[in-house]
Amino acid sequence: MSTRLAKGGRLIDRMAPVEFTFNGKRLRGYQGDTLASALLANDQMLVGRSFKYHRPRGIVASGPEEPNALVNLGSGARLEPNQRTTTTEVFDGLEATSQNHWPSLKFDVGVVNNYAARFLPAGFYYKTFIHPRPFWKHVFEPIIRRSAGLGKAPTTGDADHYEQAYAFCDVLVIGGGVAGLLAARAAADAGSRVILLEQSATLGGRTVVDETMVQGKPVDAWLSAIEADLAARDTVTIRTRTCGFGVYDHGYVLADERVADHTPGDGRPKHRLWRIRAGRIITATGAIERPLSFAGNDIPGVMLAGAVRDYVVNHAVSPGDRTVVVTNNDSAYQTALALKAAGLEVPVILDARDSATGALPDAARAAGIRVLTGRAIAKVKGGKRVTGISVCAQAGEGAVLEEVPCEAVAMSGGWSPVVHLWSHCGGKLLWDEAISAFVPDPARPPLNHDGSAMVTVVGAAAGCLSLGNILAGFGKASGKGAIGLPDTCQTPDGSVSVPPVWVMPQGAPIALRSKMWLDFQNDVKVSDVQLAAREGYQSVEHTKRYTTLGMATDQGKLSNINGLAVLAEALGQDIPQVGTTTFRPPYTPVTIGALAGEARGEIFQPLRRTPMHEAHEKSGAYFEPVGLWRRPYCFPRAGETHEQAVHREVLNTRENLGLLDASTLGKIIVKGPDAGKFLDMLYTGVMSTLPVGKCRYGLMCNEQGFLSDDGVVARIDEDTWLCHTTSGGADRIHGWMEDWLQCEWWDWQVYTANVTEQYAQVAVVGPNARKLLQALGGMDVSREALPFMQWADGTLGGFPVRVYRISFSGELSYEIAVPASHGAAFWAACTEAGKALGAMPYGTEALHVMRAEKGFIMIGDETDGTVIPQDLGLDWAISKKKTDYLGKRGQERTFLADPDRWKLVGFETLDGSVVPDGAYVIADGTNANGQRNVQGRVTSTYYSPTLKRGIAMGLLHQGPTRMGDVVEFNTVAGGTVKARVRDMVFYDRDGEKQNV
Amino acid sequence: MSDPGIQPRSALGGMTFAGFASVRETGPVGMITMRAKNLKSLGKAVKAAVGTRVPAQRRIEVAGDKACAWMSPDEYLLLMPYADVSGALGAISKALAGEHHLAADVSDARAVFRIEGDSADRVLCKLCPADLDRLAPGEVRRTRAAQVAVAFWRQDGGYTLVSFRSVAGYVMGLLSHSARIGSDPG
Repeated sequence: MSTRLAKGGRLIDRMAPVEFTFNGKRLRGYQGDTLASALLANDQMLVGRSFKYHRPRGIVASGPEEPNALVNLGSGARLEPNQRTTTTEVFDGLEATSQNHWPSLKFDVGVVNNYAARFLPAGFYYKTFIHPRPFWKHVFEPIIRRSAGLGKAPTTGDADHYEQAYAFCDVLVIGGGVAGLLAARAAADAGSRVILLEQSATLGGRTVVDETMVQGKPVDAWLSAIEADLAARDTVTIRTRTCGFGVYDHGYVLADERVADHTPGDGRPKHRLWRIRAGRIITATGAIERPLSFAGNDIPGVMLAGAVRDYVVNHAVSPGDRTVVVTNNDSAYQTALALKAAGLEVPVILDARDSATGALPDAARAAGIRVLTGRAIAKVKGGKRVTGISVCAQAGEGAVLEEVPCEAVAMSGGWSPVVHLWSHCGGKLLWDEAISAFVPDPARPPLNHDGSAMVTVVGAAAGCLSLGNILAGFGKASGKGAIGLPDTCQTPDGSVSVPPVWVMPQGAPIALRSKMWLDFQNDVKVSDVQLAAREGYQSVEHTKRYTTLGMATDQGKLSNINGLAVLAEALGQDIPQVGTTTFRPPYTPVTIGALAGEARGEIFQPLRRTPMHEAHEKSGAYFEPVGLWRRPYCFPRAGETHEQAVHREVLNTRENLGLLDASTLGKIIVKGPDAGKFLDMLYTGVMSTLPVGKCRYGLMCNEQGFLSDDGVVARIDEDTWLCHTTSGGADRIHGWMEDWLQCEWWDWQVYTANVTEQYAQVAVVGPNARKLLQALGGMDVSREALPFMQWADGTLGGFPVRVYRISFSGELSYEIAVPASHGAAFWAACTEAGKALGAMPYGTEALHVMRAEKGFIMIGDETDGTVIPQDLGLDWAISKKKTDYLGKRGQERTFLADPDRWKLVGFETLDGSVVPDGAYVIADGTNANGQRNVQGRVTSTYYSPTLKRGIAMGLLHQGPTRMGDVVEFNTVAGGTVKARVRDMVFYDRDGEKQNV
Repeated sequence: MSDPGIQPRSALGGMTFAGFASVRETGPVGMITMRAKNLKSLGKAVKAAVGTRVPAQRRIEVAGDKACAWMSPDEYLLLMPYADVSGALGAISKALAGEHHLAADVSDARAVFRIEGDSADRVLCKLCPADLDRLAPGEVRRTRAAQVAVAFWRQDGGYTLVSFRSVAGYVMGLLSHSARIGSDPG
């Protein structure tokens, strides 16, 4: 059983015990423990189940490469699935539950898959569930989804908050081991502004566990000294618990800081996502130990040798009284020595190599440990935990030579440099025969904008696996301002060489190979990859997807190299020929909260509010989004449906007085000697001839001729115009104007200014509109002083205003612009003065209904980017005299000039009902796809409270020539609605009401 | 003339937030957007309007409660007390008579915030992709805060930040979130 040792543990504080629970069981640990070390200290070797076969799974690693020991962490609003116990710092009150088991961790029904494993080979899903087709959706998928899957998705909102932050530096160092610390110091010495990131809570990397002396000093003293040196410099920032997880173009790096994972609820942000722009990136990300592929290598108690060492040295955790070490390289001997030093037994070291002669093997032998070379593990015994191993010859086929009882197995298949960050932006790799690993090829780095290397790799990540080699390269700056970084590790010393051992024993039969796990989380075995190769898979990318090798949440940190080596062997190719799968960010999973940052709740997205927004809220307005604006859709009263509110608002406006918040309307000042010429190009009509003081409706098209925006233009003075745009179009049209002025007509003397938000705008609409303005008092708004389609400056009720006599409803109407800082007060004044005149606010839906009753088009309803003004009967707004305007040439193209197009008409249903939104006018016959032919479609359709019937506008094939025809619209429910074609103006055709 | 009894109200009415740095909306500030380029009387106009020189690229010139900020090669932002805007517009119009320019009152189209305290830059560094360590004295930075456009500069031991009025509530929300006690990234 695994347990806590009586002495030692560099990271734990025995004076600070903590209590936590695992599957409800109360357990104790110490501050400084990871959840994994604390679980092992409590003999919790079984921590989860595998994805496919629900095999028992224990802790394998001690870092972010851990494939097995994932848990649901926390509960309720702080539940997080798939948290790696090896990187989770334990804290008092931590709650963890195991994943992927049913009904319980100890007894799992899904383990039946284990016995059926021979029926679940590589590509099983593809092969089995493809036929019969309907079975996938109704039978297979529900069952698989239930038995598969990892953690539970939280069902409530996240109680924590997250944030992002930007940082800038000359040199970003990722990884706080010896190589990273030395690189940071070298960069700081060269005068650079430096940021150093370390994913764990402490600096020092593997060296603090594996070495005793660094540069002639005890390792801990050396570490304190360099930490103090760096901390004392203004130019260096060190961030621990911060994982640099992605490298992107132009020196952009994303890093996830786990600010408060270990102190939940203390008010700090849980995570902070750093968005760093670095002049140069140095990765010192170390190396990850590889498992060995022997039968039963997934049984709880089989761990990476380095991880065993970490747990013993850092956390004083024993994996068991007797640990067998199995290896193909010298590093695992350190584990044997560490175990021995802790007073534990190492019954045997099985070294797959024919001889082991280095300093470490000698030290092991000197310590009295039995070392067997040329030997391998034939099989691990045990179910939910290791009980022993059987020994065989590595060169053979697995004949058992000896049985060794033990509680744990420490394995080392060599080390894979962490090249992920180097490769994210295209850094290339070399296969290093000496250490059987891919290493960065310094001749082919990811490039910066100027062609220089964007990333430099140092330390073990560069393939430099011995401390001596790492240290040797530093401190030799090549010139002033240059950073003294080592060249790559070209000459690893013999102590770190790793011969290839991909299957153990090398001649293992299928019975053994089908129990050799490559990918522990996704249950991919040696036999699966070999099967894929036999079935014709040659590309490593295809094999990955077919077998799911490396596709689990650990992204194959342990399995990829072993898997592709097995594939290469099966294909009879060299490993570099087979190559790796693509390295993509993030290096480790990043919680969605960190990616969302501050963008949730109230500040999920910018919400644009008019100056009267608060008043509308108080009036109980029901809002709808218009771009990022929120506009009142209607103002329902107690007991009213939205539909009833809209009808009331329409009728009241037509009979008495309506008030509309029109502040969102775009307002763009266009000024200059060439402004008239410019507007004549922008609009289809003529704006240059508009007299000062008057207004004119205009249409804007894009170069293709399609209608893009509309609005009323007012001539302010000799060289100034004010262009109103649609609410959603203000920024777009302003950008459109600047585009033409800056890029095409740069020599025209025109300036524009978007003053949309400078003014609150209130539409005062209805027969009592003038009375309201007169009640407010001030300027003369009589028919004579301010006729239809004119504007005037003045004051109303003491407010400075500009009044436009324009109408989008067909009623007597004034649109009053007032500086936004007075908007709320002016709205209140209108509401107050309007009480006696029957004033009611109305929303966007009443506005839509009233404009439809008048046959006015709406950008986005009658237009959709394929409609030209001529389709809408707006020929009157297009100048025939102008030589050019944007869109003129486009509209002359044969297809658009064709009289055979769908054109806008009005529709009136025979039974008075409302045509459904989006309905088509059907035609005879069907098309090639068997669909009903169509000859038109509805663009606006409403119940008109004024006319007490359904009204609609729509595009109809040759519409204007078909007045009086009866056509049929389809409906969602099936069947059709008959409607008579008519003109678009349903209400006050002569315009008498707006012109009083 | 408008009624002197009617007072302008800024977007948030001077809302404040106290976190590891303090945030406040300043209330109404007079602002004029001025577009002009290569005009012989530009210096005279700016001087007459706000009493400063024409700022160099990416700089702001401050004179008491007035200032002129460079916005783009042909755009300046003039700042002044709210009540001084119409006088300043008149002065610009007079100085630049006959020269092609555009000057418009945008006081009400904007919201102005102050972020103050020793850690003020750590509020902005969470929202704006701007290298604050490299922000020169008198430099104005046009950038974004999360999802909206802003401009800011360092002034009187803090930052003055300008956004559009309609998103003032969003910007206040951002600044408050960023300034939360306990979230100073150090």
